[in-house]
Amino acid sequence: MKKLDKNKLILGIAAPVLAIVAALAITSVIILATGKDPVHAYLVMADFGSKSDSQVWIINKAVPYYLSALAVAIGFRMNLFNIGVDGQYRIAAFFAAVVGGALTLPGFLQIPLIIIVAMLVGSVWAGIAGLLKTTRGVSEVITTIMLNAIAAAVIGYFLQDGRLAVKDGNLFHTPNLPASSHFFTIPTQPAPLDGFLVIAVVVGFVYWFMLNRTRFGFDLRTVGQSESAAEAGGVNVKRMIVTSMLLSGAAAGLIGMPTLLGVSYNYGTDFPIGIGFTGIAIALLGRNHPVGMAAGALLWGFLERTGTQLEFEDYEQEIVGVMQGVIVLCVVIAYELVRRYGLRLQQRQVGEQLAAQARKTEKAEVSS
Amino acid sequence: MHRVSKIVAAGIATAALTLSLSACGESSTESGGKDKGVGLAFDVGGRDDHSFNEAAARGVDKAEKDLGVKSKMMTAKNGETEADREQRLSSLAEAGFNPVIGVGFNYGKSVNKVAKQFPKTTFGVVDSPSQAKNVYGMVFAEHEGSYLAGVAAALKSKTHKVGFIGGVNNALIQKFQAGFEQGVKDTDSKAKVTSEYLYANDDKGFNDPAAAKGKAKGMLDAGIDVIYTAAGQSGNGSIETVAGKKGTWAIGVDSDQYLQPGLAKYKSSILTSVMKNVDVAVYDLVKSVHDKKPLTGNKAYTLKDDGVRLSTSGGFIDDIQAKIDAAKKKIASGQVKVNDTPGKQ
Repeated sequence: MKKLDKNKLILGIAAPVLAIVAALAITSVIILATGKDPVHAYLVMADFGSKSDSQVWIINKAVPYYLSALAVAIGFRMNLFNIGVDGQYRIAAFFAAVVGGALTLPGFLQIPLIIIVAMLVGSVWAGIAGLLKTTRGVSEVITTIMLNAIAAAVIGYFLQDGRLAVKDGNLFHTPNLPASSHFFTIPTQPAPLDGFLVIAVVVGFVYWFMLNRTRFGFDLRTVGQSESAAEAGGVNVKRMIVTSMLLSGAAAGLIGMPTLLGVSYNYGTDFPIGIGFTGIAIALLGRNHPVGMAAGALLWGFLERTGTQLEFEDYEQEIVGVMQGVIVLCVVIAYELVRRYGLRLQQRQVGEQLAAQARKTEKAEVSS
Repeated sequence: MHRVSKIVAAGIATAALTLSLSACGESSTESGGKDKGVGLAFDVGGRDDHSFNEAAARGVDKAEKDLGVKSKMMTAKNGETEADREQRLSSLAEAGFNPVIGVGFNYGKSVNKVAKQFPKTTFGVVDSPSQAKNVYGMVFAEHEGSYLAGVAAALKSKTHKVGFIGGVNNALIQKFQAGFEQGVKDTDSKAKVTSEYLYANDDKGFNDPAAAKGKAKGMLDAGIDVIYTAAGQSGNGSIETVAGKKGTWAIGVDSDQYLQPGLAKYKSSILTSVMKNVDVAVYDLVKSVHDKKPLTGNKAYTLKDDGVRLSTSGGFIDDIQAKIDAAKKKIASGQVKVNDTPGKQ
């Protein structure tokens, strides 16, 4: 029994190590193919990425990525492929910005109100896909991605002068939030950290606790592993699908909040888009684990921070995008390889044990 | 055991986060460089968009040739945040580039913010106003240039149906739409203008030629025979589609697209281009910094002083040049006022 544990530990470390080595090797080959020195690139990245202002930048950048990965992971754990996180957070942030821009309440009321509006809008948007799946059997892959386009169109309609937006130079944006709605920051040198970091850590913990320590989380994971088994075990699968889509959408609603409450204070034509898709990559990278996804989000921030610096050393701008893709592929492949190897190892062990037992009984039969 | 290990893992993660709170080590801004020339930060689409960015690049190329300055050009990715843009600009300033120029209104906020951290560097921003004392804001009267495109389109259309394709439905591109529509209406009251946008609010609209192809195809099928596209690199798709149908015209934007080597195959279908003299503006700024008299504040490049104009390459509008000149005179004298927001339809 003890030996099996040791194997398990080795296999557990093997996967990430294999992924990192493979990703480094492939990236190096690609950089070499462009006629540049990969080692110098890594040194530049490590040096620039460890500067104090880079650390702050990376963490601030990672917060929305992490929230996005959590939103995606809730669906993943149940075999739901919510690729509509992008539309969910944008429409959530938009209506939260509209509500926030229209009110002037004290901060302790207004900030929670804005966040709650965002979570509600996000979950309604995701819930549409959940309902369509359970009542009409439409795949959530199709509905969520189409809802992305619809969200963009709805925002585009309202984000015009005279509707819900004001014109500011060449930009349209919702009216600015009052100063009371600005989220707190954590004072660090040389630049402050986004206070939403705290919320991200809390949401990460809630995610872990809900999935691993509650009846609901157990049901959710069971449905993810086998719908029919869960149904036989008395789980209402349809309700689970809708609920988890609602939760995924609510988490998605948080993604835009660090930007809305801490950077832009309005939703404008320049509001960041595409974080919902980055979240899919990070959820894959972090294997849906709250700590793994945090590491993935920070890695993403690191790569984006240091990518610009590579451009100054005459590396191609695209190299960072290539690295990100290679890393995700390597992680997915490495874990699958190690899982299969572990499975084979286990089968062989069980086979040996059975064979030994069979030999023993055979001997006993012969001698009797 | 299982539970304990997870708690430990969570603890380590928290500790790691707290450690980085006291962000240690030297800041990247503490190590800097000397005068390196022009730092140019492009909007999406990059230098070779044959349109907007390329106009800015031409200005820098001219400065390299005439003044002997060096340059560094960087390009934005789709879906960037303020933090990405701020980093690009401050990296350029940090490395010693002066002036640092953001090409496109997306840089409006970030240029003005970063400029305050680098008071000794001159910054420039195209399509957005200056809000800091070391920033030169270059804005253009796109609606006035587009008005003339509307005049040309109305005069050249045989079906009396003309089209406008915008990359992204934002306030800037609406200026192009408003001017174009007004120019068409003032010239040919029977003409019908169809205005459509590729994206409501995704800057992908400026580098998605396939989407522009689809829109242009739809317009041609509806009998529209002159299409004006204001969509950066996406416009290439629309020009290509228009070139595939005989007797139809494309109107280019920002650069003189007739002269673009990348579009040479389609140039016989490019009626004219609404040129924004971004190259002149950028060159002026670079030269002013080179001469140690950096430009600051806002400068509007209008039709009156040829800041925006119609290109005549190819000679396709020679026959209507007199009417275009008449329209230009009316705008320059203030007799015609061009709207910068589209009317309600």
